[in-house]
Amino acid sequence: MSGSEVDPGDDVHPGKPVIVDRYTVGARINHWITAVSLVLLALSGLALFTPGLFFLTGLFGGGQMTRFIHPWIGVVLFISFLGLFIRFFRLNLWERTDIVWMTRLRDVLAGDENKLPEVGKYNAGQKMVFWSMSLLILVLITSGIVIWDQYFGNYFTIEQKRIAVLVHSATAIIAICVWIVHVYAAIWVRGTIGAMTRGKVTGGWAWRHHRRWLKELVSGKH
Amino acid sequence: MFPPIPNPTTGPIAAKFGEQDLKRRSASSITPAAPRQAEVAKLIDVSKCIGCKACQVACLEWNNLTEEVGINVGVYDNPHDLTANTWTLMRYTEYENAETGNLEWLIRKDGCMHCEDPGCLKACPSPGAIVQYTNGIVDFDHDKCIGCGYCIKGCPFNIPRLSKVDQKAYKCSLCSDRVAVGQGPACQKACPTQAIVFGTKEEMKQWADHRIKDLKARGFKNAGLYDPPGVGGTHVMYVLQHADKPQIYAGLPSNPAISPLVEIWKGVSKYVGLAAIGAFAAIGFLHHAVAGANRVTEEDEENAERLTEGQS
Repeated sequence: MSGSEVDPGDDVHPGKPVIVDRYTVGARINHWITAVSLVLLALSGLALFTPGLFFLTGLFGGGQMTRFIHPWIGVVLFISFLGLFIRFFRLNLWERTDIVWMTRLRDVLAGDENKLPEVGKYNAGQKMVFWSMSLLILVLITSGIVIWDQYFGNYFTIEQKRIAVLVHSATAIIAICVWIVHVYAAIWVRGTIGAMTRGKVTGGWAWRHHRRWLKELVSGKH
Repeated sequence: MFPPIPNPTTGPIAAKFGEQDLKRRSASSITPAAPRQAEVAKLIDVSKCIGCKACQVACLEWNNLTEEVGINVGVYDNPHDLTANTWTLMRYTEYENAETGNLEWLIRKDGCMHCEDPGCLKACPSPGAIVQYTNGIVDFDHDKCIGCGYCIKGCPFNIPRLSKVDQKAYKCSLCSDRVAVGQGPACQKACPTQAIVFGTKEEMKQWADHRIKDLKARGFKNAGLYDPPGVGGTHVMYVLQHADKPQIYAGLPSNPAISPLVEIWKGVSKYVGLAAIGAFAAIGFLHHAVAGANRVTEEDEENAERLTEGQS
């Protein structure tokens, strides 16, 4: 299927309106495990990041429990995200038309998508979220292990831990910002959230936002 | 001889300092107590130490700690490093003095230095888990400790240790409980040669001057006091025969200070980080308010229907 703009499981059902299958049940479950882990990690991480948010440790059963559970949720997130990475990376590979999309961000933000090149399953913004999250999570798990003193305290020097803790918090802040972009885009572009809940979008949504993907799905049906 | 601290009475004595005498409290903003208590200090005179480890034993005894039986690897240091139970440790160095041709046995009692600007306290994320009293003692409150190990990253002297039993951080308390009732720390009480003395910081500095003069008269021309200004001075000070080379005393840092990485992590990164998160959220709200939702139109649906016509 190399070069193809569709994933296995993507399908189109003609009707009024047209219904398009965008995410399989496996992909959706995988996504929501990742999503819940990321939110819990952000809350427990911010609790330890700044004294003003230390009260958030109450959500996890106190300071000791927060310190204990945060790295384990990180492990869950890492494995879960690895699943998403394997599922999604092929159609997130960068293409030449993505640069055009990025340079016309003004039209994107105004919602004038007709002025932009036709988009495959993912647009350049979604690809940026995908690749930055992949990189950030890799940095977070690596630096996180260096400061996971309960199990790895003896394997690293104090200076390495100081660097790791600074890198870990800076990277986490960036990841939270990327997450805000991701969630906002899903809310702003109406009809998107259904893709990750029921797995389906309408034909109009696919036509408007991912026309090349829709066209290939339709032409692929014999 | 420095006048020894008299034994206490057997009757109850009210604590001389407590919660009301805090100067700093981790992860909290507090108003420091107005009348500052006289700063206390422990003075460790390395030139007088005979390496008997009475201080180590007294520390275990007073603080009700038990160290595991270790393994002899052919050095005097026992245990091999500070642990959650060993809050003070004699570190032995055989130093060949090139100038005199003498072999000098330098024995340094390692442990918390009770910095005036404590890196552990700065790094601690748990409100009140680390406190500094106005007399200079830096103490851990283990009920509030969450075991994150941030104090280890903050400390410029590599002192706090995480317990494998309860996952909490431990270090010398300068026997704050003993000092509160007018006693010196247990190690000082046990020291047979007055290599450890305890009193106000002023008294200790004067006593150190007297000792340094004596050492200089004996040919140790670089003898001096170790009270490093990079951490605002310490409430545990050393008299060193070679104060120009503190690193020969089992790696005593020559100019300790809180790491700039820790300063950035605990300083500017908080404001920049939270501001960035706030800005991203604010831009989202603003964009939605100005641009409105991006909705699929009837026309889009019709286009999709036309595209799929004849496919059912």
